[in-house]
Amino acid sequence: MTTVLRVEHVSKMYRLGEIGYGALREDLTGWWARVRGKEDPNASIHESCRGANGCDSTTIMALNDVSLELGQGEVTGIIGGNGAGKSTLLKLISGLTAPTRGRIFLRGRVGSLLEVGIGFHPELTGRENVFLNGAILGMTKAEVRRKFDEIVAFSGVERFIDTPVKRYSSGMYVRLGFSVAAHLEPEIMLIDEVLAVGDAEFQKKCREKIRRLSRMGHSVIFVSHNMESIREICRRGVVLNRGKIVWSGRAEEATRVHLELHSAGPGAWNAESFFGPLTSAVTYSTIEINGTRAQGDSIISPESSIRISCYGTCSTGLESYRTSVGIFRDGVRIFTLHDLKRPEPLPEGNFMSEVTIPPLLLRPGRYSIGLGGRDHSDGQWLWGSDLIGFEIDKRWTDQYGRDSTGLVNLQQEGRRVLLSG
Amino acid sequence: MSSECAGDRENQWTKIITPERAWFDIDLGALWRYRYLVRLFVLRDLVATYKQTILGPAWFFISPLITAVVFTFVFGTIAAIPTDGMPPFLFYLCGTVCWGQFSRCLVTTSSVFVDNSHIFGKVSFPRLAIPVATVISSGAKFLVQLVILLGFMIYFRSKGSPVAPNWWAPAVLFLGLQAGIIGMAAGILIASVTTKYRDLMFFVQFGVQLWMYATPVVYPLSQVPERYGWFFLLNPMVAVVESFRLALLGTGGVGPLQMGMSVAFTILLLLAGLGSFNKTENTFMDRI
Repeated sequence: MTTVLRVEHVSKMYRLGEIGYGALREDLTGWWARVRGKEDPNASIHESCRGANGCDSTTIMALNDVSLELGQGEVTGIIGGNGAGKSTLLKLISGLTAPTRGRIFLRGRVGSLLEVGIGFHPELTGRENVFLNGAILGMTKAEVRRKFDEIVAFSGVERFIDTPVKRYSSGMYVRLGFSVAAHLEPEIMLIDEVLAVGDAEFQKKCREKIRRLSRMGHSVIFVSHNMESIREICRRGVVLNRGKIVWSGRAEEATRVHLELHSAGPGAWNAESFFGPLTSAVTYSTIEINGTRAQGDSIISPESSIRISCYGTCSTGLESYRTSVGIFRDGVRIFTLHDLKRPEPLPEGNFMSEVTIPPLLLRPGRYSIGLGGRDHSDGQWLWGSDLIGFEIDKRWTDQYGRDSTGLVNLQQEGRRVLLSG
Repeated sequence: MSSECAGDRENQWTKIITPERAWFDIDLGALWRYRYLVRLFVLRDLVATYKQTILGPAWFFISPLITAVVFTFVFGTIAAIPTDGMPPFLFYLCGTVCWGQFSRCLVTTSSVFVDNSHIFGKVSFPRLAIPVATVISSGAKFLVQLVILLGFMIYFRSKGSPVAPNWWAPAVLFLGLQAGIIGMAAGILIASVTTKYRDLMFFVQFGVQLWMYATPVVYPLSQVPERYGWFFLLNPMVAVVESFRLALLGTGGVGPLQMGMSVAFTILLLLAGLGSFNKTENTFMDRI
């Protein structure tokens, strides 16, 4: 297989002190203060700077000695948490900024789908913007001409193609922009799915686009937070963490590596993961999911119920206490479960609190568990977020199909009555 | 450039990205490949600027006309600065048209990084495409204004003014190009510096105005006392504006030394501009 992209020992360092206004302003304000015989305000500028965005002269390595190769027709996923260096890597490959060290070799054109509708001018018509956007993205005139009808048809804004885009709804704007990008056929395509968050339709189109490109022998680098789509689309996966490649290989294993890295394993959470006034009275030590001590992310079939057992110790008796378990997805608390219907006295000693999530309730995806409790007699509490995670596997059944997408899956109750007349 | 040809050329890379870029490692080939994009940027500049304005493209020549009228009143009527025997209005219009080409190019390109950071941050294409497009679209406005200027020349000549266009007249096209290049070169030099020192941007408008008074736009060079001649020798726009008038009106003009200096400074400024622009475009996204 031909290599179309080789990233060789690439590092990118950002010097935080150099952003924005920089030295001239400080020099001038300092000079002006001295002229007026006042105190140099730069000291305070420095202080506030340091607090807000750390703009003292420290540096950060956004990427540190990263090497990777991409073969022709290959689809590789880049996985990593926030600040892992994914976007920096894409920026370097697409030539938006230069690496601090290392070299990048490319064969063929690089196209990127980092944002839609780049360079759209509000005063120009849809037609004019298709040509402009296409040219900015690197299409030749002949290419845009050839694909123009297709682009317009795909976007569904035919009727408004000669209207200035400032009159477009935001939906039309995005559709037209995406449509141009979707007809881009560079040898190396970079796609950041982050832009697709919240729009299922858009995500679907993105995936179709990737599959089509790959079939045509084009290579794709795909960045996503969504492990499901990485597994679905990519053959290979690269896991980035704090600017370094920590793992690369088959996509499925890569997602597992990533999840293990980002879900707190045993020992990763401790008494200090909890906060609140009650931390001195109650400590939780272990969480079991379906009877096994949770290590990393357990993968759970949607058909099984999820029993979460929390082992804890109470050092001073509490008058009216119950344990609460919060289930989070992407930072949103889906619901909270309690071990008891009503708070009850909790005596000194060890205890186990257990909650159960019914089967087929949670949709596929990654969830995290928060745990805590409250003494209802005096309102004292403790809480720990993001202690462990679990993942609901994708398995489609009649009651758990693609049709009923959403955050949760409910037991279907409905009927149809045919009304005549 | 797809699957077939990539296969048999195992070690042929089409692009290598390295940390540092040499000052003059300017990829003109890439700019040529993106010539269609340049054309669209020109179109965008021309069409979008005057959409939804009542007078539309008429603004291309309304503003120099108004400027010339004001100059005629202020410098001609009130200050009574001699205009080498030309009708003051024609004299000022001539200077304004030529100067306008320069100042448009300078002001627009000086903020190229800031104005286009939303595009530059997302797609990679030869950054020089935008300054070049600016010079071209500004040149188009210059040509329209030139036609208006010719109209006034014919009018004033019919009224008996000593307007004497000569064989140098076609050279105004080159002078327009030179004015555009000086403007762009100074503009991209400023653009490169302002990615670090944003403050300098506020100086641009003001600086252009000062530069205009240092150039014989509202007065003829012949009125400048001899002892300041060296100062005017350093300003490449002096020769451009004076020669422009010489070609169209038959007055003014500079010696071969000044003309040579002007061309030399233009080339130097262009090299400095291109070099710093090239250096900056590599990493400016980290700073803006």
